[in-house]
Amino acid sequence: MNLKFDQEILWLGGGVFTLLLVATVIGQWLRYRVKSDSGQKTIQNLNARTKAWWFMVAVFALAMVAGRGGTVILFGLISFLALREFITLTPTRLGDHRTLFWVFFVITPLQYVLLWYDWYELFIILIPVYAFLFVPLRSAVAGDCEKFLERTAKIQWGLMVCVYCVSHAPALLFLNIPGYEGENGKLLFYFVCIAQISDVLQYVWGKTLGRHKIAPTVSPNKTWEGFIGGIATAVAIGAGLWWATPFTPLQSAGMSLAITLMGYAGGLVMSAIKRDRGVKDYGTLIEGHGGVMDRIDSICFAAPVFFHLTRYYFT
Amino acid sequence: MMKGFMVFLAKLISGASARWVGSVPERRQRIYFANHTSNLDALVLWAVLPAEIRALTRPVAARDYWSKGIRRYIANEIFHAILIERKKPTARDNPIEQILTAMGNDKSIIIFPEGGRQTGDAPTEFKSGLYHLAQKCPDAELIPVLMDNLNRILPKGEVLPVPLIGHVTFGPPMKLLPDESKQAFLERARAEVMRLHDL
Repeated sequence: MNLKFDQEILWLGGGVFTLLLVATVIGQWLRYRVKSDSGQKTIQNLNARTKAWWFMVAVFALAMVAGRGGTVILFGLISFLALREFITLTPTRLGDHRTLFWVFFVITPLQYVLLWYDWYELFIILIPVYAFLFVPLRSAVAGDCEKFLERTAKIQWGLMVCVYCVSHAPALLFLNIPGYEGENGKLLFYFVCIAQISDVLQYVWGKTLGRHKIAPTVSPNKTWEGFIGGIATAVAIGAGLWWATPFTPLQSAGMSLAITLMGYAGGLVMSAIKRDRGVKDYGTLIEGHGGVMDRIDSICFAAPVFFHLTRYYFT
Repeated sequence: MMKGFMVFLAKLISGASARWVGSVPERRQRIYFANHTSNLDALVLWAVLPAEIRALTRPVAARDYWSKGIRRYIANEIFHAILIERKKPTARDNPIEQILTAMGNDKSIIIFPEGGRQTGDAPTEFKSGLYHLAQKCPDAELIPVLMDNLNRILPKGEVLPVPLIGHVTFGPPMKLLPDESKQAFLERARAEVMRLHDL
């Protein structure tokens, strides 16, 4: 079974394309209109973000066209890059070196290999059980006890967030939903769209109407106006896309609400970590956005929840 | 082509990019001196330089380490290292003379004045080579460079790298002051490297 390309997926793709086109035109128009220095800075960042969006959408589209294999490989690479950013920011010690080698080159690829072979029972416990036991053991064998629990916990946490959680997004392609066979590509598309568009809309609402800070100590840019406006519009869009999913319009609204709330939670938690480590972004790989981790924080938290909701109620 | 591939590989493994604070890449004679924590240091520092400057820059490296097998190939064919004797320099085998000859009047060099890789966070005391070079080439700019996080990518004693993200920071040029003692100069040079942590 591979991905089927029907009329609906073309509609989804065309929609994203149109949206980016509109964003690009507005961005260029604002560039000439806005005069103040701080305004120019915001517009520059906005345009850099839009440009990066074109690139990310192109990569995602290419992977989807290549089918399930391409998509699994893409998400595997995303996990790898995110974990790289995460561990770079996390103080580990020399004694963790070989553990990290296993984490990057064995456990991370293995998670995606299990996904590819559709070995669900092991896929779902590899990191929470086996990596959880292996990581401290390998570090203990290396013999350095200083801050042992702290180091181990950080490595395990990085694996859970960057690899385990992210891998639940491409896992959507392997669900057997009666009456929706071969159409799972649209479900993944739907999920990524809602999670990302909710981020974008929260940003837009926050920038235009934001007054009341929602979490001043964690993320000073997040406001109540952005939160409510962004989530409400994203849920409305989600409900409107029901035809591409196995859900009814109402179910689709509920699913979108779950995705956007979890996405918000992901952004908040990852911000708290950045704050603690004293950085603004996880990396510099994606211009305007920061690192890979900055872009996928919402997906990390939303993917497992959306996956299990769909699996429980629709398969 | 092998050169281009090695540059790509070094950047890929180390994730490193150059950050210039207080100096910019320039085609003038320079002595880049950096802290030394990993076998990747020389390769990465060299790789993150812009191509035209890289072509004029040679790392100074220990002959005992770089004269075997694949390392020898990399040292000779890829980055044209100046291989020096670090164990027991003699009058005939004088590293400083050797480096000065290699520099001529337009080549730049990369050196690691600690003389060996360290495992701690702060660089250890600098050996006197940097001072002698500063004395003998007063026109060359001395650029402090901080290699950050590379010791986590490939620490001393390990063979397999872990793909974390390293940072290479180039600082403002410094000069040997008139009447400055060897001790004071070396201490100041070391402080210049460490200071880049906070810039």
